Amino acid sequence: MSAMGALFVRDLKLSVRIGGGALMGVLFFLIVVTIFPFAVGPDLNLLSRIGPAILWIGALLATLLSLDRLFQADQEDGTLDLLLLGEHPLELVVLVKCAAQWISTGLPLVIATPLLSLFLNIEPVGIAAVTATLMVGTPALTLIGAVGAALTVILRRGGLLLSILILPLTIPVLIFGVSAALGAVTDPAPFDTPFYILCGLSLLYLVIGPVAAAAALRSAQE
Amino acid sequence: MFGNYAGFILASYGVTAATILLLVLWVILDGQKQAKILAQLHERGIHRRSERAKAAANS
Amino acid sequence: MTETETKSFQIRDLANPTRFLALLDKIMLPLLILTIIALGVGLYMALFVSPDDYQQGSTVKIMYIHVPAAWLAMFAYTMMTVSALGTLVWKHPLADVSAKAAAPLGAAFSFVCLTTGSFWGKPMWGTWWVWDARLTSMLILLIIYLGLIALWHAIEDPLKAGKAVAILTLVGFIIIPIIKFSVDWWSTLHQPATVFTLDGPKMDNSMLIPLLVMAGAFTLLFTVLHFKAMKNEILRRRIRSMQMQAARQVASGNRAAASSVAQR
Repeated sequence: MSAMGALFVRDLKLSVRIGGGALMGVLFFLIVVTIFPFAVGPDLNLLSRIGPAILWIGALLATLLSLDRLFQADQEDGTLDLLLLGEHPLELVVLVKCAAQWISTGLPLVIATPLLSLFLNIEPVGIAAVTATLMVGTPALTLIGAVGAALTVILRRGGLLLSILILPLTIPVLIFGVSAALGAVTDPAPFDTPFYILCGLSLLYLVIGPVAAAAALRSAQE
Repeated sequence: MFGNYAGFILASYGVTAATILLLVLWVILDGQKQAKILAQLHERGIHRRSERAKAAANS
Repeated sequence: MTETETKSFQIRDLANPTRFLALLDKIMLPLLILTIIALGVGLYMALFVSPDDYQQGSTVKIMYIHVPAAWLAMFAYTMMTVSALGTLVWKHPLADVSAKAAAPLGAAFSFVCLTTGSFWGKPMWGTWWVWDARLTSMLILLIIYLGLIALWHAIEDPLKAGKAVAILTLVGFIIIPIIKFSVDWWSTLHQPATVFTLDGPKMDNSMLIPLLVMAGAFTLLFTVLHFKAMKNEILRRRIRSMQMQAARQVASGNRAAASSVAQR
């Protein structure tokens, strides 16, 4: 366990020091949300209606774009080979790396959401709902994105391919995340049903992500 | 022949036929290309290991 | 030869690329003739024999290619999933070849399904595209096919590419039903104003029989194309290994020459 703890701390340290991209994701999130009103116009009614969708799209892109280096740096300096040879199962290693990745890029997005919601004129209940759905949903995005990162680990420029491969698989998370957030503010639509399904999806991706990513890393390093 | 919707029906069948034709052309041309390269390699005296053994046994 | 003997012979054949190629050469022509006959009969029945629908008029004729294309688009993915298991679990030498040959076919048939659906939707719905649950799911399937093909082209080593694609195919096989479910859910949430759905009322035999014949003909066509594409892929890999072997021989020859020069 201590080895996994050390890996977790190492990944966190690497992401916050110079050259790591911890705050880059949240900055990207900010600029995406800022750029939307320039495209759709500054009408606050419209923005509050599509606000949760904008925030979810921003978070989705910010998460995926920060993932392409998840395994690549380790692959380049040989750490990945050591992790493969180590006594801990690779699935657990992937899970720990995803946790560190989520703390450094996913959690800042969730924390920034209430502030950005104000720009989009979302009412307080909606702000709470969007933040809650992102809190539950972004780990799922990181975990399924890890599969893409592992598949493209040997490619020099895998970032775009990663998004092409993974974005279709994130559609369920997006649908139920936005539905739950909208359900909290619009009356007849429910909040709890899509929210529970979103929680279920995150749990499912918690299994699929590490298993598939570990298999992909093994086959890439053979 | 097909009433008001003849255009839509013919367009559907046309697109399907064109796509299938492209697939057929793709497999045929690709097959010819591979066969040509294979023949060139044989001409240069490069054979698969199993084929070389067979050729040696025959002679 | 007794029947059991032939059977075991064929199964053994499937594991060995050379014997598989010999088998293909034998069955290709009969299969091709069968496909052409089935397509001819199916097209004749669909275009000239089958009646018009009382609701959708003659546009129902589009169904005879739309539905088989949708069936094949899904069939190809199932086939790729089985092949992916073959690659990862049984390490079967032909599984990866089969998956690689099936992907462009699956993409092409989902494209046909989408286009014919659009040509059907225009007179029925009044627009070329609606975000109907089934059309949307098919569009996502097409995008997944294109992603898989892109991954094949991105990784140079065919073995590594095959394994990576196999893993993604399996992940997709688990998640595609969930995508289908969520798109259905999403589509009922945003109820589209449609009068007709593409699957109309319960089908009469006069329509069902041509549809089944066409589905059979399309499946035969898929099989022929798939076998031919597999043959091409096997040859491509042979050529690659022969070229690499030749390059190695040249390199070792040069090294031997260089060392003999150095000794002198």
